[in-house]
Formats: sequence, structure tokens, C-alpha cells
Amino acid sequence: MNHPGQTNLREEDLHAYVDGRLDAAARQAVETWLASHPQDAARVQAYRQQNQLLHSLFDPALAEPLPPALQAASRRRRRYVPAAMAAALAWMTLGGSGGWLLHAYYQTGETGLSIATLPQRAAIAHVVYTPEVLHPVEVDAQQETHLAAWLSKRLGTTLRIPHLQTVGYDLVGGRLLPDRDRPAAQFMYQDASGRRLTLYARLQNGTAREPTAFRYSLENKVAVFYWVDGDVGYALSGEIDKAQLLQAAEIAYRELNL
Amino acid sequence: MTADTPDIAVHIPRLRRYARALVGDASRADDLVQDTLERALRKFTLWRHGSDLRAWLFTIMHNIFINQLRANRLPSVPLDDTGENTLAAPPAGQEQQLQIRDLMTALRHLPAEFRAVVLLVGLEELSYDEAARVLGVPRGTVMSRLARGREKLQALMAGEQVPTLRRVK
Repeated sequence: MNHPGQTNLREEDLHAYVDGRLDAAARQAVETWLASHPQDAARVQAYRQQNQLLHSLFDPALAEPLPPALQAASRRRRRYVPAAMAAALAWMTLGGSGGWLLHAYYQTGETGLSIATLPQRAAIAHVVYTPEVLHPVEVDAQQETHLAAWLSKRLGTTLRIPHLQTVGYDLVGGRLLPDRDRPAAQFMYQDASGRRLTLYARLQNGTAREPTAFRYSLENKVAVFYWVDGDVGYALSGEIDKAQLLQAAEIAYRELNL
Repeated sequence: MTADTPDIAVHIPRLRRYARALVGDASRADDLVQDTLERALRKFTLWRHGSDLRAWLFTIMHNIFINQLRANRLPSVPLDDTGENTLAAPPAGQEQQLQIRDLMTALRHLPAEFRAVVLLVGLEELSYDEAARVLGVPRGTVMSRLARGREKLQALMAGEQVPTLRRVK
């Protein structure tokens, strides 16, 4: 640091002064030095001008629209589509839970879909769609009434969209999905940090209809609480801990039965 | 895949700005950004949560840039003065226009290791410690390159001839 009376200005302090990285005392010391050393003062001025010119020259690049290649590159990251699809495919085709999934997949007779497929279907849909940034949903939350009406019509039952604000999640929107032989719906929620939950719903008719007790399943890293209420099977998925998810599931259940 | 992974995309504009200044050509700069994003994607598990994502991305970009320099894919001194065409100069007074043109020319003739430091500090406004981490050199090296880089840049802008730096083909 330089102080009045000191004989030399350290080169480092001159640059830190240019870059605005000195505290008040050090800044004062540099200014005192510069007042009596015009050559250094000229350098300070020149280097500051360099910085200003760099900004004038290159700041416009900040505002330019992204070329398609960069959009694609960033979207790959943001959406994680290849990874998500690979995860979904691996699940469906490999052993372990995948084998179970395929087993459950075809274990549905005429009476309807086995409830065992519900958390897996929901978790796959969760993994595929939650990384989406540009198109996380087909219909967004601003058209909530339309979303509920549309998906109710497609699923053939009256769907309500639960609100999860009390646990910090806002509705993002929803989309229509294919389940094995019927449509399904997915509603997506997001908290302030961007963490997402999805609620999957499908008609759960026939003998697959179960009591409404919550069940828990960990599908890969996705936690799922699922239950059947009336003729609809619901599954709430999230990559959050079980207790938090249960809290959200309880809110969802209550909201659905208002 | 976790929902709380931070968004790399918000850093793209600044990566583009730095790349543009570093390589001096808009399309090659965007190639560099794209390479950076793709490597960041593949290496994302190596990024430590809570650490500075932007600095990490700049580090990746710098490493790719250095590798490309070595591989001679990005000549440090372009052969022709295409910069004026690829870098749309912003509206400015005539004197500033001249200075900007001088700066573009000077930057292209500034050796890459100095250019990187001058840009990270002067344009991207990284702290000296951040610049040191991005470049993988000690802070003292950042300071000495900054001092020499600014000095050289000033000399180049003032019209110092640089025949020895110009490539001849």
C-alpha cells in the first residue's frame, strides 16, 4: 500500500486503482501520488480508456440474439434431453427397476392398468420434462382454467389442479402424455429456486382402483408419492427428500378434495 | 438433472462477449462458446455446487482456447484485417470510432496470454484472484501480465509498428 510520503507507487496498486479495486484509504494514497506524477496519471487515464473502449466495442455482443447452434448447445444443457431420454430408456429396457417396469407394464389385463406402473410412468415423465426450459409444459399456468378443462376432456374425468403454494411451489402448467393405452396428464410446479415437482394423473379404472392411502416409491433418484382417488391415479414426483415430498403430496391430496 | 442445477444459459452472453474479444472473429468466437458449453455439459458433475459457475465456464473456455491455439486452429494474429467486418462497431463519435478501430487492431496483435488477462480484468471485470483461477496461474503472474499487457496495448494503439508479429505466408 502506498501512503503519502512513500517514495514509490506499486504497479499493482496503479492497476487496482484503474480497476476500482482499492479501498478508500489506498485510493486516496494513489491519488495523492498521481497528483505529483503526471506520467503515472496519464497511464491511469490511458488504461481506463482501454477498459471503456473494450466495453464500447464488445458490449453489443451481450445483446445479440443467440445463433441457433448456441441455442441448441445451451438447450442441451438446460433441458438435459439426451441424458433424460437415455435415463428413461435405460429404465425401460435394462434390469432392476426396468425389468420390473416392463413387467408391470404388461401386467395390466382387461381390467385396467396396474397401479404398480403409476410411479414409474410418473417418474419417467418427470425426468423427461422437468429439465425443459423452453417448453416445460404445453399449456402454462396463465391458462389454468383452459388447462384443467382440456385435460379433463382428454382423460375423460374431471381433473382439478391442486395448488401447492403453501409448500412454496407455483404451478408452471401442464401437458398431455401417453400412458400405455390411455392419455395421462402432467402438471408441473416450481419453487423459487427452480426446483420442480410434477403431478401425474391418469384414469385408474377397473380392479386397479385402490384405496387412497399414500404409497411411496423411489424411482432411480426420483421420489414418488402416489395414490388413487376415485377413478384417478395420482403420482407426485420430485427430486427432493421424502418428508418434503410427503408434505407436498398431502397438500395436493387436500386440494384435490376441496 | 436435479432441478436446482444452475442455469448455464444465463452466462452465454458474457461468454460470447469475452470470446469475441479474445478471438476477434464473431463466428469463430461463437464456435468457441459452443465448444465451451458442450464441454461444460459433459463435465458438469465436476462443477462444485456453490462455487462460481461463471468463473468455471470462463476457465473451460480458456482451456479450450489455449488448446486451439496450440493446435493452431485459432491463429493469435489473423492474417487479414477482417475484424472491422465481423465486429459491428457501435455508434460512436468519429474520434471514438478511430480509437475503437485502433483498439481492435491492437488487440489482435497483442499476444494471447496478455490479451486474456487484459480482457478478463478490463472487460469482464473479474477480480485478480478470479482471473488467476480462470487462467490457472498465480495472482502475481496475472498482475505482471496485466501491467505488460496494458502497456503493450497502449503502445500498439499509439501506432507502434509490429512487423515481427505479423505472420507471413
